[in-house]
Amino acid sequence: MTDHDHDHHHHHDHDHSELSETELRVRALETILTEKGYVDPAALDVLIETYESKVGPRNGARVVARAWADPAYRARLIKDATPAIAELGYAGRQGEHIIALENTPALHNMVVCTLCSCYPWPVLGLPPVWYKSAPYRSKAVKDPRGVLRDFGFELPAGTDIRVWDSTAEIRYLVLPMRPAGTEGWSEERLADLVTRDSMIGTGLPKQPHEVA
Amino acid sequence: MEGAHDMGGVAWSGPVEPEPNEPMFHAEWERRAFALTLAMAMPGAWNIDMSRFARENRPPEDYLSKSYFQIWLAGLERQVLEGELVTPDEIEAGRPLHPAKPVARKLTAEDVARMLHRGGPTERDAASPARFARGDHVRAKMIHPPTHTRLPRYVRGHIGIIERVLGCHVFPDSNATGAGEDPQWLYTVTFDGDELWGNGSDPNLKVSVDAWEPYLERA
Repeated sequence: MTDHDHDHHHHHDHDHSELSETELRVRALETILTEKGYVDPAALDVLIETYESKVGPRNGARVVARAWADPAYRARLIKDATPAIAELGYAGRQGEHIIALENTPALHNMVVCTLCSCYPWPVLGLPPVWYKSAPYRSKAVKDPRGVLRDFGFELPAGTDIRVWDSTAEIRYLVLPMRPAGTEGWSEERLADLVTRDSMIGTGLPKQPHEVA
Repeated sequence: MEGAHDMGGVAWSGPVEPEPNEPMFHAEWERRAFALTLAMAMPGAWNIDMSRFARENRPPEDYLSKSYFQIWLAGLERQVLEGELVTPDEIEAGRPLHPAKPVARKLTAEDVARMLHRGGPTERDAASPARFARGDHVRAKMIHPPTHTRLPRYVRGHIGIIERVLGCHVFPDSNATGAGEDPQWLYTVTFDGDELWGNGSDPNLKVSVDAWEPYLERA
């Protein structure tokens, strides 16, 4: 297929009956797979519980906060992020090979998966809907400054912007710049400044006055 | 394959719309579709590249009309049917009608944490040295495989620079078809914005993809 000119009505416009049909299909499939003995319903509950309440961007925030507070850790993270992140206990599925990308005043990194939804689960959890959406996947590699404007901020003119398309099993974590005015803060306080979007490169950390 | 999933650089109307305080799932059926997909990889014995192909290999109008987890559901239905774990009449009836096919393994609740922590590392020992080194100029080949590939259309034919040598990794184009892992050297290849998008591109933009050696030729 080479032509994307047709209208794209999508994703958010499903009417109620269509959703109900989806619900029925999922229920039917779960019934069949469970009753045929392929699936343990208790395993499904543990999977859901894991990603709904245990794994999420708080993990990544702890990694970033440690890198801000501990120069030796930061050096290990930049050199080889996978073992450095495993030091904090985060590893495994969709984070088997992680690279950390350091933002500087001259360089802003942004991460996308144009082909599907690749995302570093152990440190950020499951991706938000916008990350998986057509507008983000299409626009991030061509007009990343426009994407940042969609998120409400303007990257200074002259700042280099580097977009990483996650086309293999390498996962990327952005290490945002530490906000000014946080000298002497504990890792725990610093972690409160680290937003999910700042670790994807579509946002910035919070400023000190934004947290209590 | 040339599919609607390959979205990089496609003209799209409307902004990116982040949802404040977004929940991890938006409906109970999304939770179930997600968990079923993860759990079924073990009895199904398929790999992640097969699962990605099962999701993306559909007509554009179908792919674009489905929400993200509706695509996962459709992919899972296809895989359980192709794996002969479930039959079409069972899907139709919404209940089992035939004896189960024996499977080697099943995911138990006790195994979930271990399975997730282990993940599925894709790096393998290299059988031969890497053909390219950091700084080399390479062109992404103009390929159009009808099967699964991870070389996005927007870089094909364009010249970039090898930025990182990432090791030897399972080759999705082979793994997705069941032909084996066929590990290949993997590289981060970086392109200037104007190489990809022409004059008028952001002069400060660079874009990289991670590309296996068979996708690349020396430039």
